[in-house]
Amino acid sequence: MKVPVSWLNEYVDIDMNLDDLAHRLTMAGNEVEDIERTGWIDNVVVGHVLAVEPHPDADRLRLVKVDHGNGEAEVVCGAPNVAAGQKIAYASIGAVLQDAYSDGPGKTKKLKRSKIRGVVSDGMVCSVRELGIGDDHDGILVLDDDAKVGTPIGELLGESVIDIELTPNRPDCLGVVGVARDVAAITGNPFRQPNIDFEATGPNVNSLATVEIVDPDLCLRYTASVIQGVKIGPSPQWLQDRLTAIGERPINNLVDVTNFVMFELGQPLHAFDYDKVVDHKIIVRRAAEGETLVTLDDKERKLGSEMLLIADPDRGIGLAGVMGGANSEISDATTNVILESATFDGVNNRKTARGLELASQATLRFEKSLRTGLSEVGLRRATKLILEIAGGVVARGIIDVYPSKNDEQQCVRLDRERILTVLGVEFETSLIETTLGNLGFDLVGDANGWDVQIPYWRPDVSIPEDLVEEIARIGGYDNIPTTTLAGRPPQWQPQPEMDLRNRVTDVLARTGMREMISYAATTSEGESRVSLSGDTASSVKLRNPITADFAVMRRTLREAILETVARNSRTWRSPIALFETGRVFLDFGEGLPEERQMAVGAFAGPRNELHWDASTDQSDFYDAKGAAEAVLDDLGIEAVFEPGEDATFAAGRTAVIKVPSQNNAVVGIVGEVSSGVFSQFDAEVDNVSMFELDLVALLKVIQGSEGSDKYQEYVRLPASHRDLSLIVDTSVTAGEIVAIANRNRIVTSATVFDLFEGKGVPDGKKAVAVRLVYQSPNKTLTADQIGKIEGQILNQLSKELGAELRAQ
Amino acid sequence: MTETQDTQTSESVEELKSAAVAALNSADSSEKLEAWRVEFMGRKGRLTSLLRGLGSFAIEDRKIVGAAANRLRGELESLYEDRESDSKSSQAPVGSIDITLPGRKPALGGLHPSTQMIREITQAFNEMGFQTIEGPEVELEKYNFDMLNIPADHPARDQWDTIWVDSDTHDDVLLRTHTSPMQARVMEENDPPIRVVVPGKCYRYESTDATHEWHFNQVEGLAVDEGITLADLKGTLYEFARRVFGANRKVRFRCDYFPFVEPGVDMSIDWNGGWMEIMGAGMVHPKVLENAGYDSSKYTGFAFGMGPERISMLRNEITDIRHFFSNDLRFLTQF
Repeated sequence: MKVPVSWLNEYVDIDMNLDDLAHRLTMAGNEVEDIERTGWIDNVVVGHVLAVEPHPDADRLRLVKVDHGNGEAEVVCGAPNVAAGQKIAYASIGAVLQDAYSDGPGKTKKLKRSKIRGVVSDGMVCSVRELGIGDDHDGILVLDDDAKVGTPIGELLGESVIDIELTPNRPDCLGVVGVARDVAAITGNPFRQPNIDFEATGPNVNSLATVEIVDPDLCLRYTASVIQGVKIGPSPQWLQDRLTAIGERPINNLVDVTNFVMFELGQPLHAFDYDKVVDHKIIVRRAAEGETLVTLDDKERKLGSEMLLIADPDRGIGLAGVMGGANSEISDATTNVILESATFDGVNNRKTARGLELASQATLRFEKSLRTGLSEVGLRRATKLILEIAGGVVARGIIDVYPSKNDEQQCVRLDRERILTVLGVEFETSLIETTLGNLGFDLVGDANGWDVQIPYWRPDVSIPEDLVEEIARIGGYDNIPTTTLAGRPPQWQPQPEMDLRNRVTDVLARTGMREMISYAATTSEGESRVSLSGDTASSVKLRNPITADFAVMRRTLREAILETVARNSRTWRSPIALFETGRVFLDFGEGLPEERQMAVGAFAGPRNELHWDASTDQSDFYDAKGAAEAVLDDLGIEAVFEPGEDATFAAGRTAVIKVPSQNNAVVGIVGEVSSGVFSQFDAEVDNVSMFELDLVALLKVIQGSEGSDKYQEYVRLPASHRDLSLIVDTSVTAGEIVAIANRNRIVTSATVFDLFEGKGVPDGKKAVAVRLVYQSPNKTLTADQIGKIEGQILNQLSKELGAELRAQ
Repeated sequence: MTETQDTQTSESVEELKSAAVAALNSADSSEKLEAWRVEFMGRKGRLTSLLRGLGSFAIEDRKIVGAAANRLRGELESLYEDRESDSKSSQAPVGSIDITLPGRKPALGGLHPSTQMIREITQAFNEMGFQTIEGPEVELEKYNFDMLNIPADHPARDQWDTIWVDSDTHDDVLLRTHTSPMQARVMEENDPPIRVVVPGKCYRYESTDATHEWHFNQVEGLAVDEGITLADLKGTLYEFARRVFGANRKVRFRCDYFPFVEPGVDMSIDWNGGWMEIMGAGMVHPKVLENAGYDSSKYTGFAFGMGPERISMLRNEITDIRHFFSNDLRFLTQF
């Protein structure tokens, strides 16, 4: 909302620096985004033309002698209207003026001392265009005779326009008087109400026109006046200036008055050509479905049955509170006018405007549910101005159809104690009463507080807290103390899912992986690239996705991480080790979808940073498995990895993660992503390995094994380490060997530490080196005892897996 | 004692000299050189012992041996200095390694900047007694709007352009536009006192550019009890700002409007000579309390909400919010 300071000054005196005022308005909730200043030009002052003489060498130029308060200057001037005795705007050398001869607006030129046809011009007499306050350049600007010589021109012509970003709760500030009331409260200066009195000398209004409201739910009040014998023409300069200053285009005196009053008071108005309204009867009713109306912009609008129409007995003549009809428009030939000032239902008005994509200044106000009291004030103000500007005779009385009379809340009780309860500080009675009084609230005080009358322009105030805010915002939140919360802190509530996700996130970051956070929405086609299992629940579809790329909520984290790996692989030559913990959205068709917490991690590219003593191998399955193992270790979960099948992953290179102690609950999967899947992502690496953990399943496992994390006293007796070098079929897995070794209770660990195929090992066989650790909890084992156990284990390995000891 | 002394003093100057020279020649490191100095030249070294033992010699012998021992001291000192300067000027001691080669640095992983910021914010409030909780991202209109005093078709809803869920059975499901629905949910399920912070993703139907994302995180906060005031709101948020933005940061509270608070507050901090909005806040609107079944004449509270990505952008001078969810490692590895 643009508020010219000169306009504001009509309703309140501003005895405060403009920047300070802007600060106070901002603190009070009306955020000043900018202050535009026009007409303030350095080195331009009021000058007095002492004499005008012909130029010796040019017929059209003259030499003008100017008294500028600080001496005299001789200026060469080409303007035809310059004359001795005038007060003019004199620019001395160095003034920066608008370039009147430039095509584009906003170009400036610095005034230099120059010779014009042989005569030195010591400055310039300015036109309106050169001063940047208008378009006229036919002659110089002639100022009022009482302008004081030497006064900076800005003090006469300068305008500052405050640009306020309004909050939606303050429709009153969509009128300059609303802002003026805040200024009155801030400065403590009285507010001056615009004059709404006029002399009605015409016939009784009811004899000239009638109004009927058919749908009172959508039209809460309709006031109208009739002015006869108006003369349509351009508005006076002051009115045009007001509208121009806020960026509105003057049209004619009638329309300009209705616009002016809307920007002054916040009440939208509409003027109909009285003679074009059939039977001079206005009917406010819902449109029939499909009914059409040609609006002022000459477009035919097809209306719906919930749109409110202003009609005469024959046809629609306007779309209520949105736009007038072309058939009843004010034209140059108009002589009689019906002026409408009504209160329409905000929600309905907004729906209609949105439905027809007709956003207007009127809807901007109506949609905020104006109070009915404003319509009569707006009508009287506009009628008065039309009478003054366009002449004519006003009919006696106003039409006022007011079906919702007495519906509005008039009074709010404000207890003194409530102010303290909400703000934590007491205010002096005089401060409270002055603040609310200056804002236009009427107060009746008693020992405990006030009964506060809510004025018609403040639909946002309806509860005591609203009044508390009024007091606080005008006084400034700066003046409220800062205290720390007292009282008891609430009882802690367990958040196991969130805690688990945070823990898994931390472990993965600790292992050297980098966390990513991807968009939670995707496309069905994109997601299908990872070949989700057919029994996955449905997607949550979006009705109005931001773009087609985000049409559904994701059901998996796999797609995003593969996409991210692929994208990074094109620019990132170091190891790629990414993980994400987050929600997937599963629609089971009932209630809100399940938001399931998952974790995925992926490895691609080299395993290590380039280093003088590190391998340059590519990462593989075992990197992904290791990260999953780290999480499981950290959570104290003993899991097994079994060969698994999943369409995202490569056959034979995939393991499902199960927890034997919890009925083999599946908690995740790890594998090399199948080339068929990964080739659909535009990657510059060949392979990616990935794990996925289902945090909900993990949480169940953790909750099912509570109490299993007790400390075990460690065995103080010495342990013996023995290595076995075995030859087995290549199909024998490390897991099988380790499982057999672990069957013996004396074996505390069995670790495969070397694998070899090739030279020295027969075809179809591999050499496996295993380190066994033997330890008894209650005695030191002798070499014989260990040898005996080792023999038993070798026997079992031989019998069950065909393993042989490798010849040394 | 006597025996030892005898043994030591019985060592002749010549013997000491040959032993010292041999030992010096075989001292091949600076450690060994130092050990040699201590053994032969130190305060308790062999040459000192020899000189101290002179007292047991006859007067004549004492003079001769003393002179020889002092000569030896001069010789050994000069030999030692030669060797020491040699060892300093030589390239490297035997067995040196190239300490400029990079170490075996374990890979350092890291958290996403949003996660880091969310944790920093929530932790600051955790220490003031606020517990961190989370809530659904696919939410009911009831919680996202209605219970927060944002009725349907109200212009206030324009502040939250909404992405709706497409469903045959429900038309009241949406992607939450803010974390505020958790205010309603928490109050509906718990009795006061309440002190929670709620981080999480939010979604808006808003076209994206360098400063706008349709997908972002928010951290909500809510405190409700008897006796909570706007002064408490200021104190709590001021403490937060000091912690996250620095102890000398200036903080500004001004009036602002959000339908679910009254009075409404905007908190800004001083930044590059101006004020930068950090969060919206306010005293919980009595209607919101009543909608959740609280007695608004008895309980008051405050709520606040802020964007961790915005704060991260401010602090780390990130100029494009879209970096956060594009997960380029060239971005992620800087945090």
